[in-house]
Amino acid sequence: MARMKFLCDADRCIECNACVTACKNEHEVPWGINRRRVVTINDGKPGERSVSMACMHCTDAPCAAVCPVSCFYTTADGVVLHSKDLCIGCGYCFYACPFGAPQYPKVGNFGSRGKMDKCTYCAGGPEADSTPAEYAKYGANRLAEGKLPICAEMCSTKSLLAGDGAIIAEIYKERVMKRGYGSGMWGWKTAYSDSPTG
Amino acid sequence: MPSSLSTHKVSVARALCAAFALLFVLAQPAAAQLSFNPTAESVHEDQLLKALKEGDKITGRISIPDAMAASLIQPAGRDWRDFQRSKMPIIGGITIIGMLAVLLIFLAVRGRIRIHQGWAGTKILRFASFERFTHWLTASCFIVLALSGLNISFGRILILPLFGPQAFSTLSAYGKLAHNYLAFPFMLGLVIMFLIWVKDNIPGKIDLEWFKQGGGLLTNGKHPPSPRFNAGQKGIFWVVILGGAVMSVSGWFELFPYLPGDVTTMQIWTVIHAVMAMLLIAAMMAHIYIGSIGMEGAFDAMGTGEVDLNWAKEHHSLWVQEELAKGTVPAADTPRAVPAE
Repeated sequence: MARMKFLCDADRCIECNACVTACKNEHEVPWGINRRRVVTINDGKPGERSVSMACMHCTDAPCAAVCPVSCFYTTADGVVLHSKDLCIGCGYCFYACPFGAPQYPKVGNFGSRGKMDKCTYCAGGPEADSTPAEYAKYGANRLAEGKLPICAEMCSTKSLLAGDGAIIAEIYKERVMKRGYGSGMWGWKTAYSDSPTG
Repeated sequence: MPSSLSTHKVSVARALCAAFALLFVLAQPAAAQLSFNPTAESVHEDQLLKALKEGDKITGRISIPDAMAASLIQPAGRDWRDFQRSKMPIIGGITIIGMLAVLLIFLAVRGRIRIHQGWAGTKILRFASFERFTHWLTASCFIVLALSGLNISFGRILILPLFGPQAFSTLSAYGKLAHNYLAFPFMLGLVIMFLIWVKDNIPGKIDLEWFKQGGGLLTNGKHPPSPRFNAGQKGIFWVVILGGAVMSVSGWFELFPYLPGDVTTMQIWTVIHAVMAMLLIAAMMAHIYIGSIGMEGAFDAMGTGEVDLNWAKEHHSLWVQEELAKGTVPAADTPRAVPAE
Protein backbone atom coordinates (compact mmCIF):
# COMPACT_ATOMS: atom_id res chain seq x y z
CA MET A 1 0.00 0.00 0.00
CA ALA A 2 1.22 3.44 -0.82
CA ARG A 3 1.90 5.94 1.92
CA MET A 4 0.66 9.19 0.41
CA LYS A 5 2.61 12.36 1.17
CA PHE A 6 3.15 15.85 -0.17
CA LEU A 7 6.57 17.27 -0.92
CA CYS A 8 7.20 20.88 -1.91
CA ASP A 9 10.50 21.47 -3.68
CA ALA A 10 10.86 25.11 -2.57
CA ASP A 11 13.72 25.69 -5.04
CA ARG A 12 11.22 25.21 -7.83
CA CYS A 13 8.20 27.01 -6.36
CA ILE A 14 7.57 30.29 -8.17
CA GLU A 15 4.77 31.40 -5.82
CA CYS A 16 2.20 31.42 -8.59
CA ASN A 17 -0.51 30.26 -6.15
CA ALA A 18 -2.05 28.06 -8.82
CA CYS A 19 -2.19 25.14 -6.35
CA VAL A 20 -4.17 27.35 -3.96
CA THR A 21 -6.60 28.37 -6.67
CA ALA A 22 -6.95 24.92 -8.20
CA CYS A 23 -7.71 23.44 -4.78
CA LYS A 24 -10.36 26.05 -4.04
CA ASN A 25 -11.97 25.44 -7.41
CA GLU A 26 -11.76 21.64 -7.39
CA HIS A 27 -13.47 21.29 -4.02
CA GLU A 28 -15.53 24.48 -3.94
CA VAL A 29 -13.85 25.23 -0.63
CA PRO A 30 -15.97 27.53 1.59
CA TRP A 31 -15.35 31.25 1.56
CA GLY A 32 -12.48 32.32 3.80
CA ILE A 33 -10.85 28.90 3.92
CA ASN A 34 -7.68 27.92 2.08
CA ARG A 35 -6.85 24.26 2.27
CA ARG A 36 -3.52 25.04 0.66
CA ARG A 37 -1.43 28.20 0.83
CA VAL A 38 1.95 29.44 -0.36
CA VAL A 39 4.19 31.02 2.28
CA THR A 40 7.28 32.96 1.24
CA ILE A 41 10.17 32.83 3.70
CA ASN A 42 12.66 35.74 3.75
CA ASP A 43 10.52 37.58 1.24
CA GLY A 44 12.50 40.13 -0.78
CA LYS A 45 15.84 39.03 0.63
CA PRO A 46 18.48 37.01 -1.21
CA GLY A 47 17.66 33.31 -0.99
CA GLU A 48 13.94 33.75 -0.40
CA ARG A 49 11.96 30.55 -0.83
CA SER A 50 8.28 29.91 -1.29
CA VAL A 51 6.69 26.81 0.16
CA SER A 52 3.29 25.48 -0.74
CA MET A 53 1.77 24.05 2.44
CA ALA A 54 -1.39 22.15 3.30
CA CYS A 55 -2.26 19.28 5.60
CA MET A 56 0.80 17.00 5.59
CA HIS A 57 -1.23 13.92 6.53
CA CYS A 58 1.10 13.26 9.44
CA THR A 59 2.03 9.90 10.82
CA ASP A 60 0.44 9.71 14.27
CA ALA A 61 -1.42 12.92 13.47
CA PRO A 62 -1.67 15.50 16.28
CA CYS A 63 -5.18 16.54 15.19
CA ALA A 64 -6.42 12.98 15.61
CA ALA A 65 -4.68 12.70 18.96
CA VAL A 66 -6.35 15.75 20.50
CA CYS A 67 -9.83 15.56 18.93
CA PRO A 68 -12.33 15.34 21.84
CA VAL A 69 -14.83 13.35 19.74
CA SER A 70 -12.26 11.27 17.83
CA CYS A 71 -13.57 12.31 14.41
CA PHE A 72 -10.28 11.71 12.55
CA TYR A 73 -9.17 8.54 10.83
CA THR A 74 -6.27 7.50 8.63
CA THR A 75 -7.02 5.72 5.37
CA ALA A 76 -5.11 2.72 4.06
CA ASP A 77 -3.14 5.17 1.91
CA GLY A 78 -1.99 7.09 4.98
CA VAL A 79 -4.31 10.01 4.29
CA VAL A 80 -5.69 11.74 7.40
CA LEU A 81 -9.41 12.46 6.99
CA HIS A 82 -12.17 13.55 9.33
CA SER A 83 -15.92 13.24 9.65
CA LYS A 84 -17.84 16.49 9.52
CA ASP A 85 -20.83 14.64 10.98
CA LEU A 86 -18.90 13.96 14.17
CA CYS A 87 -16.89 17.20 14.33
CA ILE A 88 -18.23 19.60 16.99
CA GLY A 89 -16.15 22.59 15.90
CA CYS A 90 -14.14 22.94 19.12
CA GLY A 91 -10.86 24.01 17.49
CA TYR A 92 -8.55 21.57 19.28
CA CYS A 93 -7.06 20.20 16.04
CA PHE A 94 -6.30 23.77 15.05
CA TYR A 95 -4.26 24.28 18.25
CA ALA A 96 -2.34 21.04 17.81
CA CYS A 97 -1.67 21.10 14.05
CA PRO A 98 1.93 22.12 13.22
CA PHE A 99 0.89 23.29 9.73
CA GLY A 100 -2.24 25.34 10.38
CA ALA A 101 -4.25 22.94 8.22
CA PRO A 102 -7.58 22.70 10.08
CA GLN A 103 -9.70 25.81 9.61
CA TYR A 104 -13.18 26.84 10.65
CA PRO A 105 -15.83 28.64 8.67
CA LYS A 106 -17.02 31.61 10.67
CA VAL A 107 -20.70 30.89 11.18
CA GLY A 108 -23.13 32.09 13.84
CA ASN A 109 -22.29 33.81 17.09
CA PHE A 110 -18.91 34.08 18.79
CA GLY A 111 -17.82 30.55 19.74
CA SER A 112 -19.98 28.62 17.32
CA ARG A 113 -17.31 27.78 14.82
CA GLY A 114 -18.64 25.63 12.01
CA LYS A 115 -17.44 22.18 11.12
CA MET A 116 -13.72 22.02 10.63
CA ASP A 117 -12.41 21.95 7.06
CA LYS A 118 -9.01 20.81 5.88
CA CYS A 119 -7.13 19.31 2.96
CA THR A 120 -8.42 15.81 2.15
CA TYR A 121 -5.56 14.88 -0.19
CA CYS A 122 -8.40 14.93 -2.75
CA ALA A 123 -9.69 11.79 -1.04
CA GLY A 124 -13.13 12.96 0.12
CA GLY A 125 -14.48 11.79 3.45
CA PRO A 126 -16.21 8.89 5.18
CA GLU A 127 -19.21 8.96 2.81
CA ALA A 128 -19.37 6.58 -0.17
CA ASP A 129 -16.78 7.54 -2.82
CA SER A 130 -17.69 10.26 -5.35
CA THR A 131 -21.23 10.80 -4.08
CA PRO A 132 -22.91 14.24 -4.02
CA ALA A 133 -23.03 14.02 -0.20
CA GLU A 134 -19.28 13.48 -0.07
CA TYR A 135 -18.64 16.28 -2.54
CA ALA A 136 -20.79 18.75 -0.61
CA LYS A 137 -18.86 18.18 2.62
CA TYR A 138 -15.33 17.40 1.52
CA GLY A 139 -15.02 18.12 -2.19
CA ALA A 140 -13.89 15.93 -5.03
CA ASN A 141 -12.54 12.43 -4.46
CA ARG A 142 -9.79 12.24 -7.08
CA LEU A 143 -8.00 9.39 -5.35
CA ALA A 144 -11.06 7.18 -5.88
CA GLU A 145 -10.75 7.95 -9.59
CA GLY A 146 -7.11 6.94 -9.59
CA LYS A 147 -5.85 10.53 -9.79
CA LEU A 148 -3.46 12.39 -7.55
CA PRO A 149 -4.34 15.65 -5.74
CA ILE A 150 -5.10 18.49 -8.16
CA CYS A 151 -2.63 20.90 -6.54
CA ALA A 152 0.36 18.70 -7.33
CA GLU A 153 -1.01 17.48 -10.66
CA MET A 154 -1.25 20.96 -12.14
CA CYS A 155 1.88 22.47 -10.57
CA SER A 156 3.59 24.12 -13.55
CA THR A 157 7.16 23.73 -12.28
CA LYS A 158 6.48 20.33 -10.68
CA SER A 159 7.59 21.87 -7.42
CA LEU A 160 4.73 20.31 -5.52
CA LEU A 161 4.85 16.53 -5.60
CA ALA A 162 2.20 14.14 -4.39
CA GLY A 163 2.26 10.39 -4.26
CA ASP A 164 3.87 7.56 -2.37
CA GLY A 165 6.31 9.04 0.14
CA ALA A 166 9.21 6.81 -0.88
CA ILE A 167 8.85 7.65 -4.58
CA ILE A 168 8.50 11.43 -4.26
CA ALA A 169 11.35 11.54 -1.76
CA GLU A 170 13.48 9.69 -4.32
CA ILE A 171 12.52 12.17 -7.06
CA TYR A 172 13.44 15.07 -4.80
CA LYS A 173 16.76 13.52 -3.84
CA GLU A 174 17.62 12.97 -7.50
CA ARG A 175 16.88 16.60 -8.22
CA VAL A 176 19.05 17.76 -5.35
CA MET A 177 21.90 15.50 -6.52
CA LYS A 178 21.66 16.77 -10.07
CA ARG A 179 21.41 20.49 -9.42
CA GLY A 180 23.53 20.46 -6.29
CA TYR A 181 21.24 22.23 -3.86
CA GLY A 182 17.94 21.90 -2.03
CA SER A 183 16.36 23.83 0.79
CA GLY A 184 14.88 20.76 2.41
CA MET A 185 11.76 18.63 2.44
CA TRP A 186 9.62 21.23 4.17
CA GLY A 187 7.53 19.86 7.01
CA TRP A 188 8.68 16.26 6.67
CA LYS A 189 10.68 16.26 9.88
CA THR A 190 7.69 17.63 11.79
CA ALA A 191 5.10 15.47 10.07
CA TYR A 192 6.82 12.09 9.76
CA SER A 193 10.26 11.91 11.35
CA ASP A 194 9.13 12.01 14.96
CA SER A 195 7.43 8.74 14.47
CA PRO A 196 9.36 5.48 14.30
CA THR A 197 7.17 4.23 11.45
CA GLY A 198 7.81 7.32 9.27
CA MET B 1 18.97 67.69 -45.99
CA PRO B 2 16.30 65.36 -44.60
CA SER B 3 17.57 62.24 -46.43
CA SER B 4 21.20 62.56 -45.32
CA LEU B 5 20.01 63.27 -41.78
CA SER B 6 18.03 60.05 -41.72
CA THR B 7 20.98 58.00 -43.08
CA HIS B 8 23.10 59.60 -40.41
CA LYS B 9 20.60 58.50 -37.77
CA VAL B 10 20.61 54.97 -39.10
CA SER B 11 24.37 54.74 -39.04
CA VAL B 12 24.45 55.96 -35.42
CA ALA B 13 21.89 53.33 -34.49
CA ARG B 14 23.97 50.66 -36.23
CA ALA B 15 27.06 51.72 -34.39
CA LEU B 16 25.21 51.58 -31.08
CA CYS B 17 23.89 48.12 -31.87
CA ALA B 18 27.36 46.94 -32.71
CA ALA B 19 28.70 48.40 -29.49
CA PHE B 20 26.01 46.62 -27.49
CA ALA B 21 26.70 43.37 -29.28
CA LEU B 22 30.40 43.73 -28.59
CA LEU B 23 29.68 44.46 -24.96
CA PHE B 24 27.56 41.33 -24.74
CA VAL B 25 30.23 39.20 -26.35
CA LEU B 26 32.90 40.61 -24.05
CA ALA B 27 30.69 40.27 -20.98
CA GLN B 28 29.92 36.56 -21.51
CA PRO B 29 33.16 35.09 -20.25
CA ALA B 30 33.21 37.57 -17.36
CA ALA B 31 29.81 36.31 -16.12
CA ALA B 32 30.97 32.73 -16.37
CA GLN B 33 34.02 33.49 -14.28
CA LEU B 34 31.84 35.11 -11.57
CA SER B 35 30.02 31.75 -11.11
CA PHE B 36 27.17 33.34 -9.16
CA ASN B 37 25.42 30.75 -6.98
CA PRO B 38 21.73 31.60 -6.60
CA THR B 39 21.26 29.13 -3.76
CA ALA B 40 24.17 30.14 -1.57
CA GLU B 41 21.94 32.25 0.66
CA SER B 42 18.81 30.16 0.29
CA VAL B 43 16.85 29.47 3.43
CA HIS B 44 17.01 25.91 4.72
CA GLU B 45 14.28 24.29 6.72
CA ASP B 46 16.79 22.56 8.98
CA GLN B 47 18.45 25.85 9.89
CA LEU B 48 15.13 27.53 10.56
CA LEU B 49 13.95 24.65 12.74
CA LYS B 50 17.19 24.66 14.71
CA ALA B 51 17.00 28.43 15.22
CA LEU B 52 13.41 28.20 16.52
CA LYS B 53 12.88 29.17 20.13
CA GLU B 54 10.40 27.46 22.44
CA GLY B 55 6.84 28.04 21.29
CA ASP B 56 8.01 29.90 18.19
CA LYS B 57 7.16 29.11 14.59
CA ILE B 58 8.45 29.48 11.04
CA THR B 59 6.56 32.31 9.37
CA GLY B 60 6.75 34.13 6.08
CA ARG B 61 4.67 36.36 3.87
CA ILE B 62 1.42 35.30 2.33
CA SER B 63 -0.66 36.83 -0.43
CA ILE B 64 -4.08 35.55 0.67
CA PRO B 65 -6.09 37.78 3.07
CA ASP B 66 -5.82 35.38 6.04
CA ALA B 67 -2.73 36.80 7.76
CA MET B 68 -2.62 33.91 10.26
CA ALA B 69 -1.93 31.53 7.37
CA ALA B 70 1.54 33.11 7.09
CA SER B 71 2.63 30.71 9.83
CA LEU B 72 4.27 27.81 8.01
CA ILE B 73 5.29 25.35 10.73
CA GLN B 74 4.50 25.62 14.45
CA PRO B 75 6.16 22.75 16.29
CA ALA B 76 4.65 24.09 19.57
CA GLY B 77 1.49 22.22 18.62
CA ARG B 78 3.33 19.12 19.77
CA ASP B 79 3.74 20.44 23.33
CA TRP B 80 0.07 21.36 23.38
CA ARG B 81 -0.85 17.90 22.24
CA ASP B 82 1.35 16.40 24.91
CA PHE B 83 -0.41 18.55 27.50
CA GLN B 84 -3.86 17.49 26.30
CA ARG B 85 -3.16 13.79 26.00
CA SER B 86 -0.59 13.12 28.72
CA LYS B 87 -0.55 15.85 31.35
CA MET B 88 -4.26 16.76 31.51
CA PRO B 89 -5.48 13.31 32.54
CA ILE B 90 -2.89 13.31 35.33
CA ILE B 91 -3.73 16.83 36.53
CA GLY B 92 -7.46 16.20 36.29
CA GLY B 93 -7.23 12.76 37.84
CA ILE B 94 -5.18 13.90 40.82
CA THR B 95 -7.28 16.97 41.59
CA ILE B 96 -10.75 15.53 41.06
CA ILE B 97 -10.35 11.92 42.16
CA GLY B 98 -7.95 13.13 44.88
CA MET B 99 -10.56 15.54 46.22
CA LEU B 100 -13.23 12.86 46.07
CA ALA B 101 -10.96 10.56 48.08
CA VAL B 102 -10.20 13.27 50.64
CA LEU B 103 -13.91 13.98 51.11
CA LEU B 104 -14.77 10.29 51.47
CA ILE B 105 -12.00 9.82 54.03
CA PHE B 106 -13.21 12.94 55.84
CA LEU B 107 -16.77 11.63 55.88
CA ALA B 108 -15.59 8.26 57.14
CA VAL B 109 -13.39 9.71 59.88
CA ARG B 110 -15.32 12.76 60.99
CA GLY B 111 -18.79 11.79 59.91
CA ARG B 112 -21.50 14.35 59.37
CA ILE B 113 -20.94 17.51 61.38
CA ARG B 114 -24.04 17.67 63.57
CA ILE B 115 -25.63 20.62 65.31
CA HIS B 116 -24.11 20.00 68.74
CA GLN B 117 -27.02 21.42 70.73
CA GLY B 118 -29.66 19.96 68.42
CA TRP B 119 -32.21 21.86 66.39
CA ALA B 120 -33.44 25.04 68.08
CA GLY B 121 -36.67 25.11 66.10
CA THR B 122 -36.38 28.85 65.55
CA LYS B 123 -34.83 30.20 62.42
CA ILE B 124 -32.85 33.20 61.38
CA LEU B 125 -32.57 34.61 57.85
CA ARG B 126 -29.07 34.04 56.51
CA PHE B 127 -29.38 34.63 52.76
CA ALA B 128 -32.06 36.85 51.22
CA SER B 129 -33.80 35.67 48.06
CA PHE B 130 -31.59 37.75 45.73
CA GLU B 131 -28.46 36.30 47.32
CA ARG B 132 -29.81 32.79 46.89
CA PHE B 133 -30.81 33.54 43.31
CA THR B 134 -27.29 34.74 42.54
CA HIS B 135 -25.76 31.71 44.21
CA TRP B 136 -27.90 29.23 42.28
CA LEU B 137 -27.54 31.11 39.01
CA THR B 138 -23.77 30.81 39.28
CA ALA B 139 -23.90 27.30 40.74
CA SER B 140 -26.21 25.81 38.11
CA CYS B 141 -24.19 27.39 35.30
CA PHE B 142 -21.00 26.12 36.92
CA ILE B 143 -22.24 22.55 37.07
CA VAL B 144 -23.19 22.52 33.37
CA LEU B 145 -19.93 24.27 32.45
CA ALA B 146 -17.90 21.81 34.52
CA LEU B 147 -19.61 18.73 33.12
CA SER B 148 -19.46 19.89 29.49
CA GLY B 149 -15.84 20.95 30.00
CA LEU B 150 -14.90 17.61 31.54
CA ASN B 151 -16.62 15.95 28.61
CA ILE B 152 -14.32 17.79 26.20
CA SER B 153 -11.26 16.72 28.20
CA PHE B 154 -12.17 13.16 29.18
CA GLY B 155 -15.35 12.24 27.31
CA ARG B 156 -13.40 10.58 24.53
CA ILE B 157 -11.87 8.12 27.00
CA LEU B 158 -14.80 7.70 29.40
CA ILE B 159 -18.07 8.28 27.52
CA LEU B 160 -17.35 7.62 23.83
CA PRO B 161 -16.94 3.84 24.33
CA LEU B 162 -20.35 3.73 26.08
CA PHE B 163 -22.40 5.81 23.64
CA GLY B 164 -20.73 5.21 20.30
CA PRO B 165 -19.40 7.97 18.01
CA GLN B 166 -22.68 9.45 16.69
CA ALA B 167 -24.52 9.80 20.00
CA PHE B 168 -21.40 11.00 21.79
CA SER B 169 -20.75 13.57 19.10
CA THR B 170 -24.31 14.91 19.37
CA LEU B 171 -24.01 15.08 23.13
CA SER B 172 -20.68 16.89 22.88
CA ALA B 173 -22.02 19.34 20.31
CA TYR B 174 -24.87 20.33 22.66
CA GLY B 175 -22.38 20.38 25.51
CA LYS B 176 -20.21 22.80 23.59
CA LEU B 177 -23.19 25.06 22.85
CA ALA B 178 -24.20 25.01 26.52
CA HIS B 179 -20.61 25.74 27.51
CA ASN B 180 -20.42 28.72 25.16
CA TYR B 181 -23.74 30.28 26.10
CA LEU B 182 -23.91 29.53 29.84
CA ALA B 183 -20.52 31.19 30.22
CA PHE B 184 -22.30 34.54 30.12
CA PRO B 185 -24.83 34.06 32.97
CA PHE B 186 -21.95 32.48 34.91
CA MET B 187 -19.85 35.59 34.47
CA LEU B 188 -22.83 37.76 35.43
CA GLY B 189 -23.30 35.67 38.57
CA LEU B 190 -19.63 36.12 39.47
CA VAL B 191 -19.90 39.89 39.18
CA ILE B 192 -23.06 40.07 41.33
CA MET B 193 -21.62 37.69 43.92
CA PHE B 194 -18.54 39.82 44.17
CA LEU B 195 -20.59 43.00 44.65
CA ILE B 196 -22.99 41.65 47.27
CA TRP B 197 -20.57 39.57 49.32
CA VAL B 198 -17.19 41.25 49.10
CA LYS B 199 -17.85 43.42 52.17
CA ASP B 200 -18.28 40.29 54.34
CA ASN B 201 -15.27 38.53 52.85
CA ILE B 202 -12.43 40.91 53.63
CA PRO B 203 -9.81 38.81 55.49
CA GLY B 204 -9.28 39.94 59.09
CA LYS B 205 -7.59 39.00 62.38
CA ILE B 206 -10.50 36.79 63.34
CA ASP B 207 -9.64 34.47 60.47
CA LEU B 208 -6.29 33.61 62.08
CA GLU B 209 -8.18 32.22 65.06
CA TRP B 210 -10.25 30.07 62.72
CA PHE B 211 -7.14 28.65 61.12
CA LYS B 212 -5.53 28.05 64.56
CA GLN B 213 -8.48 25.92 65.57
CA GLY B 214 -8.47 24.13 62.25
CA GLY B 215 -11.87 25.62 61.51
CA GLY B 216 -13.41 23.40 64.16
CA LEU B 217 -13.55 20.78 61.46
CA LEU B 218 -11.92 18.08 63.52
CA THR B 219 -13.08 19.05 67.01
CA ASN B 220 -16.57 17.89 67.79
CA GLY B 221 -18.92 20.63 68.92
CA LYS B 222 -16.23 23.24 69.35
CA HIS B 223 -16.34 26.10 66.86
CA PRO B 224 -14.09 29.11 66.53
CA PRO B 225 -15.97 32.45 66.80
CA SER B 226 -16.93 33.60 63.36
CA PRO B 227 -18.60 36.56 61.69
CA ARG B 228 -21.01 36.14 58.76
CA PHE B 229 -18.41 34.20 56.81
CA ASN B 230 -15.64 32.22 58.48
CA ALA B 231 -12.14 31.99 57.07
CA GLY B 232 -12.96 28.82 55.13
CA GLN B 233 -15.94 30.46 53.47
CA LYS B 234 -13.90 33.55 52.72
CA GLY B 235 -11.39 31.24 51.12
CA ILE B 236 -14.09 29.70 48.94
CA PHE B 237 -15.37 33.18 48.05
CA TRP B 238 -11.96 34.31 46.82
CA VAL B 239 -11.27 31.03 45.07
CA VAL B 240 -14.54 31.45 43.19
CA ILE B 241 -14.05 35.14 42.42
CA LEU B 242 -10.38 34.96 41.40
CA GLY B 243 -10.58 31.51 39.84
CA GLY B 244 -13.78 32.54 38.09
CA ALA B 245 -12.06 35.65 36.77
CA VAL B 246 -9.25 33.52 35.33
CA MET B 247 -11.83 31.17 33.80
CA SER B 248 -13.75 34.11 32.35
CA VAL B 249 -10.75 35.82 30.78
CA SER B 250 -9.27 32.61 29.38
CA GLY B 251 -12.69 31.42 28.24
CA TRP B 252 -13.37 34.73 26.56
CA PHE B 253 -10.15 34.31 24.59
CA GLU B 254 -11.29 30.88 23.44
CA LEU B 255 -14.74 32.14 22.48
CA PHE B 256 -13.25 34.84 20.32
CA PRO B 257 -10.26 33.27 18.56
CA TYR B 258 -7.23 35.44 17.83
CA LEU B 259 -8.34 38.02 20.41
CA PRO B 260 -5.28 37.45 22.63
CA GLY B 261 -2.86 36.88 19.74
CA ASP B 262 -1.80 34.09 17.43
CA VAL B 263 -2.17 30.35 17.86
CA THR B 264 0.72 30.05 20.35
CA THR B 265 -0.88 32.56 22.71
CA MET B 266 -4.20 30.80 22.36
CA GLN B 267 -2.56 27.49 23.25
CA ILE B 268 -1.30 29.01 26.50
CA TRP B 269 -4.77 30.33 27.37
CA THR B 270 -6.41 26.95 26.77
CA VAL B 271 -3.90 25.37 29.15
CA ILE B 272 -4.64 28.03 31.79
CA HIS B 273 -8.38 27.46 31.27
CA ALA B 274 -8.05 23.70 31.69
CA VAL B 275 -5.78 23.71 34.76
CA MET B 276 -7.84 26.39 36.53
CA ALA B 277 -11.01 24.45 35.72
CA MET B 278 -9.67 21.29 37.39
CA LEU B 279 -8.70 23.23 40.53
CA LEU B 280 -12.07 25.02 40.66
CA ILE B 281 -13.99 21.78 40.19
CA ALA B 282 -12.06 20.23 43.08
CA ALA B 283 -12.71 23.29 45.27
CA MET B 284 -16.41 23.24 44.41
CA MET B 285 -16.64 19.55 45.25
CA ALA B 286 -15.48 20.40 48.78
CA HIS B 287 -17.93 23.33 48.88
CA ILE B 288 -20.84 21.16 47.77
CA TYR B 289 -19.88 18.47 50.26
CA ILE B 290 -19.78 20.73 53.30
CA GLY B 291 -22.96 22.48 52.22
CA SER B 292 -24.95 19.28 51.94
CA ILE B 293 -23.88 15.86 53.22
CA GLY B 294 -21.00 17.15 55.28
CA MET B 295 -22.84 19.38 57.74
CA GLU B 296 -26.23 19.21 59.35
CA GLY B 297 -28.27 22.38 58.90
CA ALA B 298 -25.90 23.96 56.38
CA PHE B 299 -28.02 23.43 53.28
CA ASP B 300 -30.87 25.57 54.67
CA ALA B 301 -28.72 28.67 54.25
CA MET B 302 -28.97 28.38 50.48
CA GLY B 303 -32.13 26.26 50.47
CA THR B 304 -34.78 28.29 52.24
CA GLY B 305 -32.34 31.00 53.21
CA GLU B 306 -33.24 30.54 56.88
CA VAL B 307 -30.92 28.60 59.15
CA ASP B 308 -31.57 27.05 62.54
CA LEU B 309 -30.64 29.44 65.35
CA ASN B 310 -28.49 26.84 67.09
CA TRP B 311 -26.60 26.09 63.88
CA ALA B 312 -26.04 29.80 63.40
CA LYS B 313 -24.85 30.25 67.00
CA GLU B 314 -22.40 27.40 66.67
CA HIS B 315 -21.00 28.27 63.26
CA HIS B 316 -21.35 32.03 63.07
CA SER B 317 -21.54 33.23 66.67
CA LEU B 318 -20.45 36.80 65.99
CA TRP B 319 -22.87 37.16 63.09
CA VAL B 320 -25.81 35.94 65.22
CA GLN B 321 -24.93 38.46 67.95
CA GLU B 322 -24.88 41.21 65.35
CA GLU B 323 -28.19 40.15 63.85
CA LEU B 324 -29.89 39.88 67.23
CA ALA B 325 -28.46 43.26 68.22
CA LYS B 326 -29.99 44.70 65.06
CA GLY B 327 -33.32 43.42 66.31
CA THR B 328 -33.76 40.59 63.80
CA VAL B 329 -36.37 38.27 65.31
CA PRO B 330 -35.80 34.58 64.70
CA ALA B 331 -38.75 33.12 62.85
CA ALA B 332 -40.76 30.15 64.01
CA ASP B 333 -39.98 26.80 62.50
CA THR B 334 -41.00 26.21 58.94
CA PRO B 335 -40.50 22.99 57.00
CA ARG B 336 -36.87 22.77 56.06
CA ALA B 337 -35.43 21.96 52.71
CA VAL B 338 -33.74 18.64 53.11
CA PRO B 339 -30.72 17.92 50.94
CA ALA B 340 -30.45 14.72 49.08
CA GLU B 341 -28.10 12.55 51.07
